[in-house]
Amino acid sequence: MALITAKDLSVGYGGQTVAEHLNFKVNSGDYLCIVGENGSGKSTLVKTLVKLIKPVAGEVKYGDGLMPGEIGYLPQHTVVQRDFPASVKEIVLSGCQSRMGLRPFYNSEEKKLAADNMEKMGITDLSNKCYRELSGGQQQRVLLARALCATKKMLILDEPVSGLDPKVTAEMYELVAKLNKEGITIVMISHDIKSAVEYADHILHIGNTIYFGSKNEYLNSKAGKIFMMMQSKDPHVGNR
Amino acid sequence: MSETGKASDGEYMIDKLMMYMEYPFVRYAMIVGVMIALCSSLLGVTLVLKRYSFIGDGLSHVAFGVMSIAAVLNLTNTMIIVLPGTILAAVLLLRTGQNAKIKGDAAIAMISVGALAFGYLLMNKFSTSTNLSGDVCSTLFGSMSILTLTRREVTICAVLSVIVVIVFIYFYHKIFAVTFDETFAKSAGTRVNAYNLLIAVVIAVIIVLAMNLVGSLLISALVIFPALSSMRIFKTFKSVTVFSAILSVFCAFFGIVISMLAGTPVGSTIVAADIVAFGICSLIGRFTGTR
Ligand SMILES: Nc1ncnc2c1ncn2[C@@H]1O[C@H](COP(=O)(O)OP(=O)(O)OP(=O)(O)O)[C@@H](O)[C@H]1O
Ligand SMILES: [Mg+2]
Repeated sequence: MALITAKDLSVGYGGQTVAEHLNFKVNSGDYLCIVGENGSGKSTLVKTLVKLIKPVAGEVKYGDGLMPGEIGYLPQHTVVQRDFPASVKEIVLSGCQSRMGLRPFYNSEEKKLAADNMEKMGITDLSNKCYRELSGGQQQRVLLARALCATKKMLILDEPVSGLDPKVTAEMYELVAKLNKEGITIVMISHDIKSAVEYADHILHIGNTIYFGSKNEYLNSKAGKIFMMMQSKDPHVGNR
Repeated sequence: MSETGKASDGEYMIDKLMMYMEYPFVRYAMIVGVMIALCSSLLGVTLVLKRYSFIGDGLSHVAFGVMSIAAVLNLTNTMIIVLPGTILAAVLLLRTGQNAKIKGDAAIAMISVGALAFGYLLMNKFSTSTNLSGDVCSTLFGSMSILTLTRREVTICAVLSVIVVIVFIYFYHKIFAVTFDETFAKSAGTRVNAYNLLIAVVIAVIIVLAMNLVGSLLISALVIFPALSSMRIFKTFKSVTVFSAILSVFCAFFGIVISMLAGTPVGSTIVAADIVAFGICSLIGRFTGTR
């Protein structure tokens, strides 16, 4: 069974639908890219997948032993208050909160997991630094390490590269691709269709036209051709 | 904090302090005062950062309102209704804060000012006390000295403080997670609403406790100053929390001692000590260049 199955899913806020009639599957090991115009409901969809909001209609099924709380989620905007005192280590460790349950303290296994994930993200030497004093790219790695602590199976990343420079963006994509090779299923929202088709194996396009299928099918589909063309005409779409 | 004047003066002070300390009750009162200060500082960071500071402020006024009801009813043990009343108000305020349709801040302002007005009205109209303005003043600014607390109040405060500290330590990591990033915590399956409720209830308990020490108008100072001071110097949640607890205990201890020796009101003396500490921490922060 697939990790996530969406059946005739409609998503939105307070009964107001933003995107409707979505049908797709995410299998273990997949790398799914969600693309679509601004405001088409991509973020709304992934918020529904991680159970931050309820579906307006239809349903999401979780399979293969995946619990919604065990998905590592990287939100599009993480609003951290000015002056919030929090070290990188504290934040990454907080990714273990779902494993911890009602136990009051992190155990050595969880501490090791956090340390391992910081190592993977190359932020070990920042571990005692204050989050607010890091660069955008470093902050994004911290949040990715936290998301990794929350999951063994699946990451859902909402525009992880927005606001990063081309070099750091490329590094981020490589990092995510590496995680995928290590067996973690990836669902990523991206505006950057070029990289999406380079790394992903499945594409979900939402907006005026809805499309779900493998990357190669997408490139030959009408929706894909139109979207690719629009993107190559307007280079600004990719990096708002 | 310049109570050490001439040598003879200093000796006299120490003698006076020693004399006070001979009474077990004075020692208990001091211990309780310091414990209340410790509790108040614990949730300071959360309060400052989670935009709960206005809830804290509102609650302290509500506590005043409930306190005046207790005074009018002539209850000997005011805690019996002040504690549940304030907790109830905390839960209600949290609800309105979460409800996007009602402006949270406006609702809180209304409730807190309303509670103040009603409290004073009640006390003025129905109080049987001969010293009305004294009563009002001590509810607002704290009693003249910590020694006017009754034995029962001291016991209740001690028990509540211990509970607050235990709850805080037990849920420390959860409180961090919910304060730092509620969205992520929720996506990880943490029961964010339950923890927000817990935080609100603990804040209510702290406010009732702190009211005994510094009075309802000065509570916010006791809660917020140590956290703000600590945030000037430290940058991790743990170090900020630990240092603000230490600072708060230190200031409360000195505040109480000075108030006993100099005969100043205990609440405002403690807050004055907190303010001085804030100034020093700001300087240190600037000096070490952390801000
Ligand atoms: N919290 C909210 N409450 C109500 N409506 C919202 C909320 N957040 C977003 N919307 C609306 O839902 C629609 C879809 O928003 P969403 O954030 O899902 O778009 P998106 O595809 O992620 O866009 P972007 O590419 O800009 O991130 C928008 O029209 C937006 O105005
Ligand atoms: Mg979005």
